[in-house]
Amino acid sequence: MEHIRNFSIIAHIDHGKSTLADRLIQYTGVCTDRNFQEQILDNMDIERERGITIKSQAISLPYRDRNGQDYILNLIDTPGHVDFSYEVSRSLASCEGVLLIIDAAQGVQAQTLANLYLAMEHNLEIIPVINKIDLPSADVPRVIEQIETELGLDPESHLTCSAKEGIGIEEILEAIVERIPAPRGDVSAPLAALIFDAHYDAFRGTVIHCRIFAGSVKSGDVIRFLYNGTAYKVEEVGHFLLSRQKREKLSAGEVGYLIAGLKTVSDVRTGDTITLDDRPCDGPLPGFKDVKPVVFASIYPIASDDYEDLAVSLEKFKLNDSSFIYEKDSSVALGQGFRCGFLGLLHLEVVQERLEREYDLSIILSVPSVRYRFTLKDGTAVEVDNPTHYPDPASIVISEEPYIRGAMMMPERYLGSVMKLCMEKRGINSVLHYPSPGRAELTYEMPLAEVIFDFYDRFKSVTQGYGSFDYDLIDYRASNLVLLDILVNGEKVDALSQIVHRERSRARGLQACERLKEEIPRQLFKIAIQGVIGGEIISRTTISPFRKDVTAKCYGGDITRKRKLLEKQKKGKKRMKMIGAVSIPQSAFLAVLKSDSS
Amino acid sequence: MELPDWNPGPPGLYLHIPFCRKKCGYCSFYSIETLADLPAILAALPKEMVLYGGKFARFDTLYIGGGTPSLLDPAALGNLFAAIDRSFPFSPDREVTIEVNPSDIDPVYLSALRMFGVNRLNIGVQSFDDRILSFLGRRHNGAQARTAVLAAQEAGFDNLGVDLIYGIPGQELSSWIDTLAAALSLDIAHLSCYQLTLDQGTPLRGSLVKTDALLPSEGLQRAFFMETSELLEAAGYIHYEVSNFARGPQRVSRHNSKYWNHSPYLGLGPSAHSFQGGRRWWNQRSVGRYIAQLEAGCDPVDSSEELTLEQLRLEALFLGLRTGRGIRLADFSSRFQCSLLEEKKETIEKLAEEGLVVVEQGTIRPTRAGLAVADGMASLLYM
Repeated sequence: MEHIRNFSIIAHIDHGKSTLADRLIQYTGVCTDRNFQEQILDNMDIERERGITIKSQAISLPYRDRNGQDYILNLIDTPGHVDFSYEVSRSLASCEGVLLIIDAAQGVQAQTLANLYLAMEHNLEIIPVINKIDLPSADVPRVIEQIETELGLDPESHLTCSAKEGIGIEEILEAIVERIPAPRGDVSAPLAALIFDAHYDAFRGTVIHCRIFAGSVKSGDVIRFLYNGTAYKVEEVGHFLLSRQKREKLSAGEVGYLIAGLKTVSDVRTGDTITLDDRPCDGPLPGFKDVKPVVFASIYPIASDDYEDLAVSLEKFKLNDSSFIYEKDSSVALGQGFRCGFLGLLHLEVVQERLEREYDLSIILSVPSVRYRFTLKDGTAVEVDNPTHYPDPASIVISEEPYIRGAMMMPERYLGSVMKLCMEKRGINSVLHYPSPGRAELTYEMPLAEVIFDFYDRFKSVTQGYGSFDYDLIDYRASNLVLLDILVNGEKVDALSQIVHRERSRARGLQACERLKEEIPRQLFKIAIQGVIGGEIISRTTISPFRKDVTAKCYGGDITRKRKLLEKQKKGKKRMKMIGAVSIPQSAFLAVLKSDSS
Repeated sequence: MELPDWNPGPPGLYLHIPFCRKKCGYCSFYSIETLADLPAILAALPKEMVLYGGKFARFDTLYIGGGTPSLLDPAALGNLFAAIDRSFPFSPDREVTIEVNPSDIDPVYLSALRMFGVNRLNIGVQSFDDRILSFLGRRHNGAQARTAVLAAQEAGFDNLGVDLIYGIPGQELSSWIDTLAAALSLDIAHLSCYQLTLDQGTPLRGSLVKTDALLPSEGLQRAFFMETSELLEAAGYIHYEVSNFARGPQRVSRHNSKYWNHSPYLGLGPSAHSFQGGRRWWNQRSVGRYIAQLEAGCDPVDSSEELTLEQLRLEALFLGLRTGRGIRLADFSSRFQCSLLEEKKETIEKLAEEGLVVVEQGTIRPTRAGLAVADGMASLLYM
């Protein structure tokens, strides 16, 4: 156990996390240059494009240090967005230390801080690493100063490297060995393993990623999940190298995988504790939360013929994403589809993109919603996460919406604009702390609906990226809610309906009309867009038609060119939904929620 | 009900002469300014004709375009017509058109054309306004254009077409109306009024981007279009295609109509396109390669496409909607086994309601406002 190190790399976006990970992997010889694929850890296209990691990944690196001693360095990669902050916390809980990467040219940035706070919460050893020192614009002395003044870390503790050029990699590996504590844990105690992720393998079913805190586990053991008490027989355990490497057993301090005949990843919960059925540990490891979807939206195929394909794809998709839930749904405007639950808006966008890319589907998502609660005159309580199921307003006695407690950290200078934003988002009961000079910690209670839509992006923007944000659901509170419908040329498009706070309804109605005007391209006919509450039109806008588009010449050589253009347009139209004679682009449904055209 | 088979009509023959003394900045048709290869082309064209012997039915139109075919001297033209007549059968009432530049024609040249059987002239006038002519980089001025038209009429070319261009950066509607009035005063049988487009790769596009000169706004483009149509229809012209106007059905360009009616056509010469029985093919663009292929005894075809029924249907839609007579629904049904009216009922009703099409006597035909958005309508009916 003393020759194991468990660590994670954390960084602001684009500061070089994935490149450094790649370099460590190469240096330790897990893969040769030949089978090296750039940025191994970010293995989904969408992760690479957005520069964010969505699923946690782990890899074990064998390393012989300068004194000839062999070590196993377990690198656990973490997601980087507030939608997945619980997953991050479980990954960090599996480590003893982190490399905190700082770009030598850009210096300390928002996520540098946000990540630092997370690491501190888990009492991890923090090694600041200044990356990209090869850049002409690198300013290492300035970054060292920031490490002391902005991060409050010992400036002497920093390392420098250029992951791109392969400079300073060995020093980093040495520092991991020397400075990050070896894991501790009693090998002879009852098994306690923390699940930090799981993925689906078409041949083996669910592969659980775990960190063993106490005891050991081997194939043939019967294990039990503390969350629901279910028991399974272990088929295989092992380490993550570039592929899975089977091992006899996993013991306290180790990071690895476990296969136990689970059919889908939904059968396991991230953060749950695994123990042995016949010799259970005293209780669960700390920090478990049963993460539930908070954002709901319906998915419809653009072509109704694709419904069966969509159903099959969702089923496959669900195998690998336990936080995603779905059930059948139908819309007057969009036909047969599915109502789905997501961890947040980013999660929703990721699911949408993956369905389109990996399953080649063209889909429309309805305007996302949170789950509201209504008490009706007859005493029944209903939960509504789909505006089309909004109860008859005359029957509603109490309307309630979910509230969260949002915790925000930021340099003091942004306090004013953040408070303004929170009040705009109906925030109440604010509490302010100064954990260190110049740094403010602000908490607010806010309606979840205000937070998931557009809050995070605006928060990042008003704090110029220097703020970090996290939230917890607290309770449901009474709220004056109304249903806002959108009519396109007089026809209600149910997938554009939203449940909104009465005071905000006019503004939201205007906003929806404006966004739609921006998103819907001009067409042959005038398009009228109206926002309606309880039969009353509260906002309207029109999109004027185009009135001249025909090309002047169409002779022998022009015909093929013109046909190809139209064929291409039709392909583009796969991302449009025809409602009556109006084609509404897919992007319009999500854009309705954005407050300004950023 | 048994539908009568759609009849695409007799084929048309096109010859492309890809040379110009000076290329106009807006033109994207294929042509080159060096005349060195002219004799070689004239030798190559008859070789290409031989390749198609017996492959087409009797032609009823011949169109010599370019480029600038009026660069050819009467002797060269005479040889060309002789070669054409040796290679292809024509109906006795054939329409024979040649495109000419106003600065190339004089009474002697015109009488030679008459002698060769040319019965329709298309003169590249473009404008009667000297400033616009110089902006467009034309060789002639307004007075020469007028003289050329009068000379052609004098020579007996009553079936005379004139090309005009509008929508030049900075041009006002009134300046265009002056040009139209000048054309009307000359009593011309056929007018083609093209809105200036900046095709990719043309020098004009490059220079306009540099100087930030702007094409007219959509509103002004529409005003040009509608005004042109109203004015010419009031003067007795039929607006029979987006950019084409004829003084009566007899003056419609029989040859160009073949492109919009999916009639067969054979194009000879560099870059020329051909269409027959759902297949379209086109020749090498480069004069050098075209000549080399034929000299080597090879076919100068660059590429071809076999159109699916779906693709033909799409073409029939956008081509039909460009024409004043529109789409004959019975033809459409018999060709594509589907009823446009039933399949797109809602859309067509809406288009009619908006005054963009009229459905009557078994056709769906665009109104004037509809012609202005013919591309958008085709796109909507196709999607």
